[in-house]
Amino acid sequence: MEFYLYLALFAPLTGSLFAALFGAKPKTLLTGIVTSSLLFVSFVSSSILLGNLLMGGKVVHVEMMTWMATGDLYIPFGFVVDQVSAIMMFTVTLVSTVVHVYAIGYMDHDKSFNRFFSYLSAFVFSMLILVMSDNFAGLFIGWEGVGLCSWLLIGFWYHKESASWAANEAFIMNRIADLGMLVGIFLVYWNTGTLQYSEAFANMKGLDNHILTLMGSFLFIGAMGKSAQFPLHTWLADAMEGPTPVSALIHAATMVTAGVYLVVRANPLYDLIPHVGLMIASVGAFVAIFAASMALVNRDMKRIIAYSTLSQLGYMFVAAGLGAYWVALFHLMAHAFFKALLFLGAGNVMHAMDSELDPFKMGGLRKVMKGTFIMMTLASVALAGIFPLAGFFTKDMILEAAFVEHHYIIYSVLLFTAGLTAFYSFRLVALIFHGEERYKLFGIHPHEAYKYMLVAMSPLLLLAIIAGWFKMTYFEMVTQLLPATEYHIHSVATYWIMTIGTQLFVILAIVYAYKKYQVAKQDAEFEKRLCYKILINQYYIPYLYNKVLIEPYRALSAFFWKSVDQKIVDASVDGIANIFYSTGEKTRTMQSGNLSTMLKWMVAGLVALLSLAVVFAIAVRYSDGVNPLLSGLGVQ
Amino acid sequence: MEIGLNHYLVLSTILFAIGLVGIMRRKNLLMLFFATEILLNSVNISFAAISHYYGDLTGQMFAFFVIAIAASEVAVGLGLLIVWHKRHGNIDLDLMSTMKG
Amino acid sequence: MFEAIAFYMFAFLTIAMFYIAVTTSQALYALTALASGMIFISAFYFILGADFLGAVQIVVYSGAVLALYAFGMMFFDTTRDIKEKQGNRYVVIGLSVLSALLVVVIFVTPLISSNITALYPIAEGVGNTQQVGMVLFTKYLVPFEVAAIMLLVAMVAGIVLAGKKMDLSLTLMSDAEIRTIKEEKTKKVLS
Repeated sequence: MEFYLYLALFAPLTGSLFAALFGAKPKTLLTGIVTSSLLFVSFVSSSILLGNLLMGGKVVHVEMMTWMATGDLYIPFGFVVDQVSAIMMFTVTLVSTVVHVYAIGYMDHDKSFNRFFSYLSAFVFSMLILVMSDNFAGLFIGWEGVGLCSWLLIGFWYHKESASWAANEAFIMNRIADLGMLVGIFLVYWNTGTLQYSEAFANMKGLDNHILTLMGSFLFIGAMGKSAQFPLHTWLADAMEGPTPVSALIHAATMVTAGVYLVVRANPLYDLIPHVGLMIASVGAFVAIFAASMALVNRDMKRIIAYSTLSQLGYMFVAAGLGAYWVALFHLMAHAFFKALLFLGAGNVMHAMDSELDPFKMGGLRKVMKGTFIMMTLASVALAGIFPLAGFFTKDMILEAAFVEHHYIIYSVLLFTAGLTAFYSFRLVALIFHGEERYKLFGIHPHEAYKYMLVAMSPLLLLAIIAGWFKMTYFEMVTQLLPATEYHIHSVATYWIMTIGTQLFVILAIVYAYKKYQVAKQDAEFEKRLCYKILINQYYIPYLYNKVLIEPYRALSAFFWKSVDQKIVDASVDGIANIFYSTGEKTRTMQSGNLSTMLKWMVAGLVALLSLAVVFAIAVRYSDGVNPLLSGLGVQ
Repeated sequence: MEIGLNHYLVLSTILFAIGLVGIMRRKNLLMLFFATEILLNSVNISFAAISHYYGDLTGQMFAFFVIAIAASEVAVGLGLLIVWHKRHGNIDLDLMSTMKG
Repeated sequence: MFEAIAFYMFAFLTIAMFYIAVTTSQALYALTALASGMIFISAFYFILGADFLGAVQIVVYSGAVLALYAFGMMFFDTTRDIKEKQGNRYVVIGLSVLSALLVVVIFVTPLISSNITALYPIAEGVGNTQQVGMVLFTKYLVPFEVAAIMLLVAMVAGIVLAGKKMDLSLTLMSDAEIRTIKEEKTKKVLS
């Protein structure tokens, strides 16, 4: 079993290094094929490991080698495949394999084809380290690794200044959050004496509540950055500058879920501090409705889907915060499938529409792109949470959890957001695939994507449909590790009213969306309204960040550069060099070649030596005080 | 008044100082040689005086050798001076600065 | 008593002469002053009982060395006054005075230990010249010979540096060649 662990972990790394050899060369198809094959190997290994756990096998725990063993600190490179890791590995490798194959077609005409696959496989490797590690230090390594690869991939087309800027924004925001995470990790080590999960959580039970609150809060700050919760959320929408496969892999399925993974992994800690959990849930609920509101009016296809991701992450945090960790993980898995499918479908549309992103410029594409149409519609249905697709099971569980725990505010917020989710998803579908063909005005000739790309997307479609049906199998397996909180609504009637009511509300939203956007007209008066302006400018938060944080910081940096660095630091370094230079220049005149001057210098030297002799003689003469000094210097 | 060793030594020092002044002041190379002679002679006086007051002949021996060396130095020095004068037509120190740093 | 008078008189004279030698602007005056200074210094040697040294001083210095200087002066234009650059005279005087002061301080303060044993002690009853001879030719023989070689080298150097037409050797040429050279020289003079 350890063999499969190592295979799953290092196959993507091998692929990445292999592709890196071709990094500077023009496109060689071999890199795409080799990396995709190696990822498939990793997927098969992950499935074997998952199957092993489903059959009741043991958890696989290896310690590859020691990283640090200094004093009391012992950190190994250890990997564990327990129930949570296995689910994450399965999800990550599946989506990654699909995205790799898809990218062979998507990046077909890109001249940095090889570099792309190298970065993509490196990302998968980092993510696997993150989920497979058995201590906080390994988690942090993977954390940083995915941050780095995300930066590389968002800014993949680095010649575009907007892409570079977005990549920097993502990385810097992640870094800011990582500071919180580091403080959390330090607190864990300081108070429990170890960074290994099992031992740390065992030791936490005896700790003071105050310390635990701090620990949990700081770790959550790290999760906030990675999973783009408010206020560190602006990077996710801007990260759409990267190629669409990147958005599908990183910003839908894997990297942004690392925050949720962290909270799920640290569930023993969060179980001890339920008030922090409540705060997490509140933040999650707020983000859910916040992001959904911004997606309502947006005119950029990928951004709408990005806001949708943000909103669903909010759902996951609500679940994790309320203690329903297995529900959060389940939603994570299902969301990965249908969101990745949505993104890949959007990629097809983009390719067909010549990289056009405004859905108002598309329309009626279902005649030309049948496969994509079916996939995106079904993915949106799953996202909206219609029975019997995957989204229904997971989202409904979250709503139930909120209801049962008597958090009615969170429940109503999430319910309303579910309606909004359905509305904007189907707004997008209606604008793109239905109605008249507006793209003809812009002279675009769309065509369906390559067959193999559609074939690659099909596993995701399948899983988006059937994943919910495995809830019980999943539940039995996962609750061997996670707390098995079951949410039973006592009254059967309430349960059915809730479920049917939610479905009706969602279906109504879908119908309304279709009605409004089937014939797409841009409502000019609506656009003048204040609420529209606020929403389309993302509540002016990026503007605020720019004015309050970025501009003063830039001014401060400019000040430090010009006034401090140049005038003080550079000046002193130059000054020291100048001292040597000018001393040399001045003493050069001693060598004038004039014998008379040199004789004068000679006599001056003679006078100096004579005075030295007199001084030493006097010292010798009155040597009672000087002898100890001289013997101290080693002179007798 | 008893003339002691110190008197001779002070005299020697004064003559040495005068020689130093000449060395530093003179720009004509020949005059510089004169000043060198003064230096050597002042030292000879101190050697002889020390030899007398300590009853040791070593001082006088040293003085002999100094005289011999001074003589040969003058010979060679003047020879060089003549060659320089033939080549450049002057023996001014300030004009002989080809070894400028 | 006499010694004191003699010492102070000769001291004053020597200092005056050397001062003139150093500061005068006329070359001939400087040479003359130097010569007389040398003579007065030999007087000191006689006072100190170093007879041989005094005689050698007169013969070598006032005779040979100064004669050399006098011959040398014939090459250079001695009618002009020696022009000196206005170097900073305070520096010069200051440095010399300072060095003199320091040396005197070194000498006068009783730092030199007083138990110096004489290496070659002066014997009573023997004359100075004899004694010098005894020490010179036994203990200092090798330096003596080396000094002789050095003087030889100096002599050769002086000749080479100052000589003219050194490539011709009259002893090695035949009579015919000598005659042709003489005729060329006279021809040049006549024409």
